[in-house]
Order: sequence, then structure tokens, then C-alpha cells
Amino acid sequence: MSAAFPSVRAVCRPGSFAGEKRGPPPAAASGKLASGFLGSAWKLRFGALPARRRGSSSVVVAVSDVVKEKKPKRSSSSSSDLLITKEEGLELYEDMVLGRTFEDMCAQMYYRGKMFGFVHLYNGQEAVSTGFIKLLKQEDCVVSHYRDHVHALSKGVSARAVMSELFGKTTGCCRGQGGSMHMFSKEHNLLGGFAFIGEGIPIATGAAFTSKYRREVLKEADCDHVTVAFFGDGTCNNGQFYECLNMAALWKLPIVFVVENNLWAIGMSHLRATSDPQIWKKGPAFGMPGVHVDGMDVLKVREVAKEAIGRARRGEGPTLVECETYRFRGHSLADPDELRDPAEKAHYAARDPIVALKKYILESNLASEAELKAIDKKIDEIIEDAVEFADASPIPPRSQLLENVFADPKGFGIGPDGRYRCEDPKFTEGTAHV
Amino acid sequence: MLSVLRRKAAAAAVGGSDAMLLGGRLRKSCAAAAAGLRGYATAAKEMTVREALNSALDEEMSADPKVFLMGEEVGEYQGAYKVSKGFLPKFGPERVVDTPITEAGFTGIGVGAAYYGLKPVVEFMTFNFAMQAIDHIINSAAKTNYMSAGNISVPIVFRGPNGAAAGVGAQHSQCYAAWYGSCPGLKVLAPYSSEDARGLLKAAIRDPDPVVFLENELMYGERFPVSAEALDSSFCLPIGKAKIEREGKDVTITAFSKMVGLSLEAAEILAKEGITAEVINLLSIRPLDRPTINASVRKTNRLVTVEEGFPQHGVGAEICMSIIEDSFGYLDAPIERITGADVPMPYAANLERMALPQIEDIVRAAKRVCHRSVPMAATA
Repeated sequence: MSAAFPSVRAVCRPGSFAGEKRGPPPAAASGKLASGFLGSAWKLRFGALPARRRGSSSVVVAVSDVVKEKKPKRSSSSSSDLLITKEEGLELYEDMVLGRTFEDMCAQMYYRGKMFGFVHLYNGQEAVSTGFIKLLKQEDCVVSHYRDHVHALSKGVSARAVMSELFGKTTGCCRGQGGSMHMFSKEHNLLGGFAFIGEGIPIATGAAFTSKYRREVLKEADCDHVTVAFFGDGTCNNGQFYECLNMAALWKLPIVFVVENNLWAIGMSHLRATSDPQIWKKGPAFGMPGVHVDGMDVLKVREVAKEAIGRARRGEGPTLVECETYRFRGHSLADPDELRDPAEKAHYAARDPIVALKKYILESNLASEAELKAIDKKIDEIIEDAVEFADASPIPPRSQLLENVFADPKGFGIGPDGRYRCEDPKFTEGTAHV
Repeated sequence: MLSVLRRKAAAAAVGGSDAMLLGGRLRKSCAAAAAGLRGYATAAKEMTVREALNSALDEEMSADPKVFLMGEEVGEYQGAYKVSKGFLPKFGPERVVDTPITEAGFTGIGVGAAYYGLKPVVEFMTFNFAMQAIDHIINSAAKTNYMSAGNISVPIVFRGPNGAAAGVGAQHSQCYAAWYGSCPGLKVLAPYSSEDARGLLKAAIRDPDPVVFLENELMYGERFPVSAEALDSSFCLPIGKAKIEREGKDVTITAFSKMVGLSLEAAEILAKEGITAEVINLLSIRPLDRPTINASVRKTNRLVTVEEGFPQHGVGAEICMSIIEDSFGYLDAPIERITGADVPMPYAANLERMALPQIEDIVRAAKRVCHRSVPMAATA
């Protein structure tokens, strides 16, 4: 247990009021946060901590800041020092570029009127989605909320299906019936896509409950499926979040709660809405590790994700991961985004995760500029193709309006032969034996 | 083997023309025996509604390991109303899950488990508490099959007592049939007798869609005769079919849940005055069995709807409109609806009695509809 989160700089036990031992009292801390919270402020503060290093033998560990022990700027050619292999690096790069290009194309299409309603774009947060989802298997579940296009893409839903869904065409992943905020895919185990924040958290907890149930009650010994729930900072003030932290820890469910803390809930700053803005601290209050990580760095996110997903897979229970990240665009395409400080935006724009990964890959000689450019071009083609496909797809026919309300519309159930019982002519005579 | 069973004896007794008219009405009570035996040709034993629910859940959980029960006090306490008595030792704590008091949380967990392949039965201590979870019932359960275009179906059952009990006050007494009945994507059931409870709960658990199963606290202890067929473990009732509890030709009375009992007693009183009432037990609030109700009204030409819930936007209003749409020309009198009073449920015993439909109200309404001169009861 003490080896968990090895690259952690500071460790604190749950229950102890870490704030006291940490230097500035909370009031001053929030003062500092209110003036800055530019990410780097964290490291500066925690650098002055008392020497409570890792090696704590407590079973539940709360972690303050995951600091990589190796700086990313290394021109060493020894790949054993690097955190990722070439294939992994290219995979991560491609996934993030896919997310970014897709979202940029969404903005274009929206302003041309091809997409409508509420569209929430993920630009800037790609490191979180890629960092976590690329470590999952197909059978693992992802549950998200309305900012879900990139979660869908990372999980494996094709760009064509997502784009068509956004255009409201019948070839979309939900036949045009869900829309931007309701991406579902049974094949890829993407369980939504919810407009209500906080709604996905109990759903994710239920999927984790199912994994555990299948292993213990249905005796499927190899069922170690993990669920990852993505939600934002605003959601962390919602009651359902706490209800599920409690039950997930209580029943040791295989789930990872990932907070994409981009500091803003539409126009409400996280600091104005939350009594204690350090969300990772809420994990230990319920008996699970709480980890804070720099969400603009995909490699750091991936390290934390490996450990958290590993914990869940081994049956050690849930983890709360707070990823400090930022959305480059407004809350949605209808948001004028007037309340955010341009200096703050500039600060995070300089920490663009794709640029950072590209730099790492090039400096570590994992791949050449040409290979990365080839990936860019490939993604551009995929997106162009997706748009053409969506454009050419038909709109849903009138008959589709009343379809899919029920899995079993007639209400008599499905007989063992797989057909609706009401279609069996003998059924209504009352002599049907199914 | 699953089989939906009919009262063959009863069906044979009642004329075949009705069956052909409706083209598929499955269960009919035997009119001749209606008065005493409530229409069961071979009443073998008696069972309370609570025992019926317990046995139905027991059989379904034994048959399918994916079915599990989740709710407050369902395990060690054996159910807040003892519906899950004996389950914890039999099925174990993984399948009979005692939850903390977190309706939104555990209902969402149930829905998530249904998304991912299990078949949860979520028990609410009363449906009043389900209001804390209604976001999950509507938004993540009812709407999901549609939003995902069939990708994700939600085979979940939400069950618990609904409607007024005795002296429990305003926040414990609301009837939610109309609220849930207006939502596409849900199936809403309201059993009356033990056989109804058994058959409908089994059908609900086997159904691949979200079902809201509205029980009634005061009915749990009521004893009903149960036929041998109903005791069979593959017995289930079809969802979306109403049942004619008592045949008549002068006025149709529709009711569900506890009000069926009151309507049957009112029908007894009316029979002595020469008015034969046809009492329909709706069983299924959504989908509403419009064909059965319409066929009955076309026969009797008069309708009284009875429900316990609030009057505005209630189940009776929906039935009234469905008759106007389908059988307006057959009506000989305006439709009357008997509902609970348009107030939050008061506590005082006499006020509570005034706030709920009583047998006299149903009798008076039936007489008014039959144009026997009876003054209107005081409103509110």
C-alpha cells in the first residue's frame, strides 16, 4: 500500500487536518488561491512542507501533488528512462489531436448552422480524457456528462458516428435522438452523456457495482471491469457526488472518480462556489485516496491513472482524482466567455497539452517531426471524412419519432424464443405456451 | 416455461362476443361469481398482498441471479413493510442490499447497474421519498432507451408504497400515478389484489424496460383468495391490460389500487338500488388500456373515474379525454371523476377522511351519472 502513487511528493493521512500542518492557514490559502491559482502556486506551497514523505504505512492515503520525479525535458536516448514508448506516445498524440481537431470542426459546423442546440467543447482538456481512457479496455465503462464528445472518441466511438449524431442524422451513434449531450454506445461501454451534472456519478457507481456483482455473485471470476466517471468542479458541490463517494468506498467498488477541475462552471468560479476548493481532500473524508494532478500534462495524468485504475482492478476500491485543467473555449458555443481573466486564459494556453506532448516526444527522440505531421494530416482527413459522411447522411425518417421508447413496446415481454409475445397469435387466445 | 394464464373457466362462462369485440382481452372475472369470490373459479388458498409480493420477488430472484433488491431497510430489517422478509439469509447481502439514506445516489446506482447488465429492483420506502430520486427515474431510466436509440435498455423496477396511508401527513401521502403516468419511457403498474401483485411484479421484473410499481401500504395486509394457477412460478400478467372486476351494464367505474376495493363495495350498494356497475381495475396506468375502458363505456354509456390522487392533471382527466377522443358519441352523461381533495393531505383523522374518496362519494357520483337525482356533494 505504501508503494501506491510512488511519485508522490507529500502524503497526508485522512482525518488529520492537513491544512494546519501545511503552512499558511486556510484563510490565507484561499486568499492566495483567489489571486492566482495558476497551477504552479501549488508546487511552490507544498515545496515548503514538513518532511512527511512517502512510505507512510497508512492504508488510506491522501496525496497532495503528484510530482514527476523525472523532468520531461530530457534528451536522453535511453528509452528506459522515459515514461512512454514510441507507440504509446504516438497513440496519445493521435488521440489528443483527434479530440482537438474534432472540437474545432464542431465549432465551425455550429457557426455554419449544421449543428444546433447546446454544444460543449473540450478544447484544452484532452490530456485528461486521453490520459485515462487510453488505459482502459473495451469492457471498461466510461460515464461522462455534457462535455462528452472527446470521451466518446477516446473510448472508440468513430468520428463519423459522433459527427452524424451532432448533425442530428440517422447514422449517428444514437440515431440522432440523443444529441451532443447524450452520447451512448453499448459496444464501447460508453454509458452517457448526461445533461444533468452529477447524474452520471451514481450511474458510474452502479456500473462499478455491476462489475463487483458479476465477480462475486455471478461468479465471473475474470470480471475486473473498471468504471471511470468524469465530471467537473461544479459537480463536486452536488449531493449525489457525496452520496456516491460514500457508497463506493463503503462497498469498495472498482471505480475512479475523475474531477476535471477547469475552475469554472459556466460563469461561476470554483472559488466562489466552494467552501474548500481542494476537491481531492474530499476523498479521504470518505475513506478513499484523493489525488491532485496537473491535468494539462498527459503523462502525469497517465501515471496517476495507471495507479488508480490498477487499484480498482485489484479490488482495492475507489479513488478520487482531481485533474487541474482548463477549457480554452467558453462553457458552450453560446457562452460569450466574458468573465474569465485573459491573463488566466493566456497562462493555460501556454500549457497546451498537445504542444507539451509534442515537445516531449521530439526532445526525447521518440518520433520525428515528420511522423507527427503525418498524424496531424491523417486526423484532418478523418475529420473531413466524418463531416462529409454526416452531411451526406439522411435525417431521421418520420417513422423514427415513436421508435425506441421501449425495448419492449407492447408490454407483454419477450418470450424465450426471442420474439415479442404479443406477436404470437396464440398468445391472445390464451393458449400460448412460451 | 413462462406462460400467461387465463381464467379458462371464467372465460367460458362469460359470452365469447365480448372477447371478440376487444380482440385480446385476457383476463375476465366470472360475472356470476363476482359478488362473493371476486371472480376466481378455483379459489384454492388465501394470501395477503405482502405475501404475494414476497413470493413473487423470491421466485424471480431465485430464477435469475441478475435480479437483486436494493433499498432502505430491505435486508436486516426485512423490509420497511416486511415485503422482503426472509430474503437476507436466503440470498445474502450482495443481492439484498441495505443502502444508506441516499435516494438519489442508490437509485442512480440501480440505473447504472441496469445499464451495464443487471436487473435491479429498487425499493423506495414510499414513493414520496422517490422524489429525491426522480431525476434518475425519469432522466436516466425512462429516457435512456430513446436517447441512445436502443443502445442501452434499462431493465429496472422501482417499487414501493404509493398514496395515502393512515394519518401519516402531507409529505407521506401523495399519489404519484399521474406524474409517472405522463412520462414516455416508463411503464407504470398499480396492482390491487394479491394475484395482481404477484403477476404484475413478475412481469415487471422480467420486462426489459423501466417499470414503476405502485403498491399501497394499506393493502399490504389485505387477504385475497389466490388461484392455483397464480401460485405457479411462471405466472405473470400482461402489462397494459386492465381487468374487469365486476360486470355491469349501467355505469362504468374505473379505479386502481386501493380504490378498486371501494369501487367494488360501491357497486354492491348500487346493485341494491338497481344500478349495475361495471368495475374496471386499471392495473396498468401506463400504458393505459384504452380499448378495454372504451369498450366498457360503449356498453354502459356512463363513466365514473375514481382515484386517490390530486384532481388536476390526474389519471381520471386522462381517461376522460381518451373516452372523448374515442367514444364521445356513446356518452349519455358527462364523465364524473372522483379524486382526492385538492389539498395536501391533512393529519386529523376526520379531515383525512374528507380528503380521500369514500364509498359514498362513488355511489353518489354513479347515481348522478345515471341521472337519479342526488344533489352534488360539497366541493372541497
